[in-house]
Order: sequence, then structure tokens, then C-alpha cells
Amino acid sequence: MSDLKIKVRGLKKAFGPKQVLNGVDLDVPRGKSLVVIGGSGSGKSVLIKCILGLIEPDAGSIEIDGQEVVGMKAAEREDIMRKFGMLFQGSALFDSLPVWENVAFGLIAGRGMARAAAKEVALRKLAAVGLGPEVGELYPAELSGGMQKRVSLARAIAVEPEIIFFDEPTTGLDPIMAQVINELIVKCVQSLGATALSITHDMHSLRAIADQAAMIYEGRIIWAGDAKTIDHSGNAHVEQFVLGRAEGPIRMPVRPL
Amino acid sequence: MVARVLQPIGRTFLASLEASGRLALFTLQSMLHCVAPPFYPRLIVKQMIEIGFYSLPVIGMTAVFTGMVLVLQTYVAVSRLNAESTIPYVVVISLTRELGPVLAGLMLAGRVGAAMAAEIGTMRVTEQIDALRTLSTNPFKYLIAPRLIAAVLVLPVLVAIADIIGVFGGYLVSVYRLDFSPAIYLKNTVDFVETIDIVSGLVKAAAFGFIVALMGTYSGFQSRGGAQGVGKATTDAVVSASILILAANFIITGLFFTR
Ligand SMILES: Nc1ncnc2c1ncn2[C@@H]1O[C@H](COP(=O)(O)OP(=O)(O)OP(=O)(O)O)[C@@H](O)[C@H]1O
Ligand SMILES: [Mg+2]
Repeated sequence: MSDLKIKVRGLKKAFGPKQVLNGVDLDVPRGKSLVVIGGSGSGKSVLIKCILGLIEPDAGSIEIDGQEVVGMKAAEREDIMRKFGMLFQGSALFDSLPVWENVAFGLIAGRGMARAAAKEVALRKLAAVGLGPEVGELYPAELSGGMQKRVSLARAIAVEPEIIFFDEPTTGLDPIMAQVINELIVKCVQSLGATALSITHDMHSLRAIADQAAMIYEGRIIWAGDAKTIDHSGNAHVEQFVLGRAEGPIRMPVRPL
Repeated sequence: MVARVLQPIGRTFLASLEASGRLALFTLQSMLHCVAPPFYPRLIVKQMIEIGFYSLPVIGMTAVFTGMVLVLQTYVAVSRLNAESTIPYVVVISLTRELGPVLAGLMLAGRVGAAMAAEIGTMRVTEQIDALRTLSTNPFKYLIAPRLIAAVLVLPVLVAIADIIGVFGGYLVSVYRLDFSPAIYLKNTVDFVETIDIVSGLVKAAAFGFIVALMGTYSGFQSRGGAQGVGKATTDAVVSASILILAANFIITGLFFTR
């Protein structure tokens, strides 16, 4: 088996006339944490959803553990899905279920674990993201945005997946909690031996969790490399993003007021 | 010129073909998932309570007033022929064969179909359905099959109850307003009604339950784009279920009662 957990080649996806992904090539090595950066609307979430199989790509290949998953039958796809955990950008908690059942969902519905045992695991995972057992009895609508994000993180890691996707895990959190979440992600990846693919805009977060980094721009990966080298990437686009300058090769399509 | 007239027609025709194809595929897929494990008995029970128990007041009120008005209107017609004794028969046959299942189905489309579309539609636009899939749970099995199974099982029960309440409503008006003898009214009802009247009504009820749940879940599942999309899904669910109920009613009646 190759040492690539995820291998994406020539991935394309358009919505109507809009070419969002235009030939993405991406390698995620086993047991490593890769962070993808890129401007808002550059297709980062779409890329992750294609890999997860939630969006059908127009063209290209995606290999998970060396196995081609594009065009795979629905039943096999469900098996592959067991390897994944996903933190959605918008949390996507089930609002009809209390928090603990949200976290335990993958264990109860997906793996058939008994409810009492699953609740115990869920409360442990909630504690790991800084939420007490009393929060477990609340409903998602009763939580703040940051708390929802943490519940969503707890849900993503509850099934101890082989591959975890984090779509902007620290957006909307205060800097201290953001750092706690960063450390949690690092710990998960290390202790579970999991592979992580994250998306972030937050350079602090990137430095904390990334082994490797890649930047997506205009539907392609324009730079990929060791996360430590991102400050000396020699790529003007990456440099502008890292330093957060309005001036540079990336032009935001805005007009002055 | 000709093209300008024909193009929209063709486009609408193709779009409707595509839509019915999608619905057919969805129906087939849902039914397959209803019979293949894993099952979620907990959710089926929850839906049965939601669909059945909480619809009782609505269905009961509908039935009692329908039975009452039925007596008043039939009385006008049959008293001109001096055939007042046929009123119990007219009431019970109208209720069991037609009004019970159809009105219950339509009320359920408004109450339950709309709720299903709104709930599943919201889950769709807030990515909860995607989240289900990432947690190795098939949304067809988890969201759609329990609703379909519950609706098909529960609506016949509701209709049976509605039949009884409706007859009771007719009885009230006949006895207290039109001075019928209570014993004779009930005796005529029981003597005249045939098994086929009741059975055909219950078969209709099961079919209408299926239609309501199918259109509710389908509209919700297909919804796109935020609150507006969910609103549209809700409307679609009620309108399409209502029309399909009336059409199915015609077809099932034809199957049962033409020889
Ligand atoms: N379901 C969809 N239908 C149509 N267009 C879509 C859909 N999903 C995404 N898009 C489009 O694809 C583009 C990329 O979206 P995506 O959500 O991947 O951005 P992103 O890189 O995650 O941005 P952000 O950092 O703001 O989350 C956007 O322009 C969006 O309009
Ligand atoms: Mg995004």
C-alpha cells in the first residue's frame, strides 16, 4: 500500500457556468495533517465534499487508501464513509436531538452501540472540547455558535475515524478556545493515528496543526509543501495570503464605495 | 416565430418528464429502503405518534362536522322523495368510502406533509443530511423510510376512527334535530354497511398515507437554497399530495367498484 491516504488527481467541478474546481491535484500522506488555505469562495468546501462523496465531481480521480472512489457504487461508498469524520463549516448539528445524542450519533446509528454506552463516550468527548455534562442535555439551538462548533468537533471525532476533515474548525471561536481546539486536533491526529485534512483562514491555526500545507486558487492547487516553509514559499499568492495584504497578485473583485 | 412558441412548450415538457423521472426513482429507492435493514423501530414509533396521535383532534373534528352536515344536506334531498329512512345508509357509505379517507388524507397533507417537507428541507439546506451521510447513516433509511412506514400504517387507523366519529356526528343531528329514533338510526347504519365499503376506505387510507409521506419527504429532500427553498418545498408537498390524493381516489374507486 502506498503511503498516501488520499490522492486527488485532475479533480473538476462546475456549478452551472462557474468552474469551481479546475484540475485539483492533492496528496495527503498517511497519519499527517494537511491544511488547505485559500480565499473565500475558492472551492475549499467543495473540494472536501467531493472527497467525502457528498458532491459528485465532473471529472478526475480520488483515491482513498489506494482505492478509486469516484463512480463507486453507493453501498461500497457507505463502507468507505466509515473511515471518515467531518466537521462542517456550518456545524450541521441535528437540531431535533439533544447535544449528547448528536455526539453519540455515529456510534448509535452508524455502529449500533447501546445508547447508555454511547452516551458515556459522548460525554467524555464533550468534556474534551470543554463542554460539561449539563450541555449534553441541551438542544443545539440553545448553544452559541462557538459551542455548536465544539459539539460538531466532538461529533466528528467520536467514532475515532481514520481520516478527519475539519472545515474551518476555529472560525468563530475566541483565541484561547481556538488554541485549545488546535491542540485537540493535533492530539486526535497523533493518538488516533488519524490523517487530517483541514481548511482554515487562520494562520495561527495553520501553524499549530499543519504538517503540510497547500493553497488553492482559481480552482487549482498553486502551492503545496511543508507547513514550516510556508513563510518562504517563494510564491507571491501564498505570500500575500500569509501576510494578509490587500495588494498583490490576488485581486478581490470589489469596487470602492 | 414557430420556434419561439414551441421552445417553451418543449422545455416545459422535458422538465416535467425529468421531474416525474426523479420522483419515480425517489419512490423506488424509498420503498427499497423500507424493506431492507437496518430498521429504526424507535423512529417509526415516534413518527406514528407524530402522525397518528397528534392528528386525532384535527381528523375527529373534520369527521364529526362532515357527518353532521351530510345529514342536513341528504335530508333536504331524500325528504322530497319521502325516503328519510335511507339517511343512515347515505351517511355511512359516503363516509367510509369517500369522505373519511379523502378528507383525512387532505388534512394530513396539510398537517403532516407540510411538517415533513419543512423539517427535511431545513435539514437539507443546513447540511444535516450531508452530516447524516458522513456518520454512516443512510438518509433514506433514517429519514424517509420511518415516515413512509408510519404514515401507511397509521392513516387507516385514523380513518377507521374518523368513520366512527362521522357516523356519530350524523347520529347527533338525526336524533336531536330531525327527531329520528336513536335505535333505528344505529340499526340501519349497521345493517346497511358492507365490508367492501369499509375495506375500500381503509385501502384508500393506506395509499393516501403513502402519498402524503412520499410527497412531504420528496419535496423536503429536493429543496435547495435557504428559507425560501424550504417554503417552496412545503407548498409543493401540500399541493402535490392533495392533487395526487384526489387522482388516486378516482383510480382506486374505479378498481374497487366497476364491474
Ligand atoms: N451547491 C452549490 N451550488 C452552486 N454553487 C455552489 C454550491 N456549493 C458551492 N458553490 C459555489 O462554489 C464556490 C466555492 O464554494 P466553497 O463553499 O467551496 O467556498 P470556500 O472556499 O469553502 O469558501 P469559504 O472560505 O467562504 O467557506 C462558491 O463560489 C459557491 O458559490
Ligand atoms: Mg467553505
